[in-house]
Amino acid sequence: MSATVFVPQDSGALSMGANAVAAAIEKEASKRGAQVQIVRNGSRGMYWLEPLVEVATPRGRTAFGSVSPRDVAGLFDSGFLEGGKHASSLGPTEEIPYFKNQERLTFARVGITDPLSLEDYIALGGYRGLTNALGMTGEQIINEVTESGLRGRGGAAFPTGIKWKTAFSAAADEKYVVCNADEGDSGTFSDRMIMEGDPFTLIEGMTIAALAIGAKQGYIYLRSEYPHAHRMLDYAIHKANFEHYLGEDIRGSGKTFHLEVRLGAGAYICGEETALLESLEGKRGMIRFRPPLPAVSGLYGKPTILNNVISLASVPIILDKGAAFYKNFGMGRSRGTLPFQISGNIKRGGLVEKAFGLTLRQLLYDFGGGSLSGRPIRAVQVGGPLGAYIPESQFDTPLDYESFAANKAMIGHGGAVAFDDTVDMAQMARFAMEFCALESCGKCTPCRIGSTRGVEVMDKIIQNRNREANLYLLRDLCDVMLNGSLCGLGGLIPYPVLSAVRHFPQDFGVKDVAALDLP
Amino acid sequence: MSAVVISRIVRELKAKPGALLPILHGIQEELGYVPEEAVPIIASEMNLTRAEVHGVVTFYHDFRSHPPGRHIVRICQAESCQAAGSAALTAHAKKRMGIDFHQTTADRACSLEPVYCLGNCALSPSVMVDKEVFGRVTEKRFDEILEEARQP
Repeated sequence: MSATVFVPQDSGALSMGANAVAAAIEKEASKRGAQVQIVRNGSRGMYWLEPLVEVATPRGRTAFGSVSPRDVAGLFDSGFLEGGKHASSLGPTEEIPYFKNQERLTFARVGITDPLSLEDYIALGGYRGLTNALGMTGEQIINEVTESGLRGRGGAAFPTGIKWKTAFSAAADEKYVVCNADEGDSGTFSDRMIMEGDPFTLIEGMTIAALAIGAKQGYIYLRSEYPHAHRMLDYAIHKANFEHYLGEDIRGSGKTFHLEVRLGAGAYICGEETALLESLEGKRGMIRFRPPLPAVSGLYGKPTILNNVISLASVPIILDKGAAFYKNFGMGRSRGTLPFQISGNIKRGGLVEKAFGLTLRQLLYDFGGGSLSGRPIRAVQVGGPLGAYIPESQFDTPLDYESFAANKAMIGHGGAVAFDDTVDMAQMARFAMEFCALESCGKCTPCRIGSTRGVEVMDKIIQNRNREANLYLLRDLCDVMLNGSLCGLGGLIPYPVLSAVRHFPQDFGVKDVAALDLP
Repeated sequence: MSAVVISRIVRELKAKPGALLPILHGIQEELGYVPEEAVPIIASEMNLTRAEVHGVVTFYHDFRSHPPGRHIVRICQAESCQAAGSAALTAHAKKRMGIDFHQTTADRACSLEPVYCLGNCALSPSVMVDKEVFGRVTEKRFDEILEEARQP
């Protein structure tokens, strides 16, 4: 009888040598005459265990990690195909506490199946949402999404149903669905994991969005730093077209939806929705004035649904199990689950999909196991390069949109980057300004000039040149950028800067932070 | 020579809506960079001004104006990798390769570039060589990766 062995092909697993492990298993199996079928699945999101090899047993899947090619002969010696123990044995995969204590809705299939097998996708509940949607009117689909309480997972947390309703109500001869897959925030990789580990769920979500508003063309704007996700998406789209889940006459419904991946070119600003649209039109990624909103006048001036990967990938389960099922997770106005991502200086980095409401401390210690260096965690940046730095005194704040906003912080895309006590927060504040200067599109003055001046002011503060006056200058500059910038880049970059000063004043040589009266 | 390649790529792709980025990616994929001579060819084929094309080429970090080495080595400079020691790794890489960012080694084997996030943050610090990502890169591992890339 042939044994099934899973070796992930997620780019995180590949970055730790998963291809070499798969090749070694294949070679060793043929040397020993063992019947082995290797499935290249997505990642379970427990990255510190990658490459995580799994074997299918009658009692479920059992895990081994991290496996290197050198371990492979020993694994065969220990009879790992028949449930034998090995030094790298982790027991049943789904009993590993990190995995067991999650609530996987959007990521239900990631790591389980071969991401490019449409048969696997359908066997595990895929395309049930689309089947339901094909029997519904646009209004009914939008009502379901609105009822679920789903809010944009890209960072702004705007209610998805309302965005769709706006695009639905706008009269036009042509409408578009665009997926923002320009996941440029450091510390975030959930979009990438979906695209590599369950691409059909994104394709299905976009198809449902297209049905809802009557769009016939869709684009996935993917960052060029994700070549593996690009290959996976292209293949999955090809397959979906071949099986009539995309293209003309979807599943005999008479409805049409064409989907294409477009690559970005290394500009962070193109994650901002209007800059993304400009880029998709073949122009410089300069942001547009709003209003009009993209839902009214988006790609080529037509009504456009523009959503993040996770938002769109959450749609199939809502249409499959109903709004009430999804809404049941979460707290307050933050409904459903969010795939949190822990990274940086952390022992057990990875993806944790949980209902809103767990705390940062649970995320960092119960899941993350504390810092990788073994030193105390001093600061955590939540929400990407535009997110605030959170000090230890706020680690018990529940992770939901409103609680974080009350602390002048944001959850954003759910990424948390841990820093140990060797971090110099003045340097991190400088970096925020430097990054903004590098990535500013240049359209508005507060961002274009302000970021460059911000670097200079930070340099003076760090070098203790006229420090006090420069701190006031930094405060005023941040105030101008916060209130005067056209988009979220210049408008949010003061968050990491001000939070660093507010919570770690000693790194800036500030004795009385209250006297600064920070915005 | 490259003018022929450029014209072919432009003609293949120009009918697509918003074709300019796909065209520039296509040119860079084949030639390794976007030569100056591409600008007037694209402009005349697409009925754009040269300034418009130049503006797009120079806006995006990805597009290079000079031929790179045989391999592109990128080291992530974003926050997660910083938290895991990318600054020290970058300093090591520059010393080891004898070049700064945006430069190419004398033997034309490798160019060194910064990158801001490869989405491999749980395994920081990360390095990318051409289209392959490496995680938890120590100085020793970097040397091995570099050695392998340098093999002709």
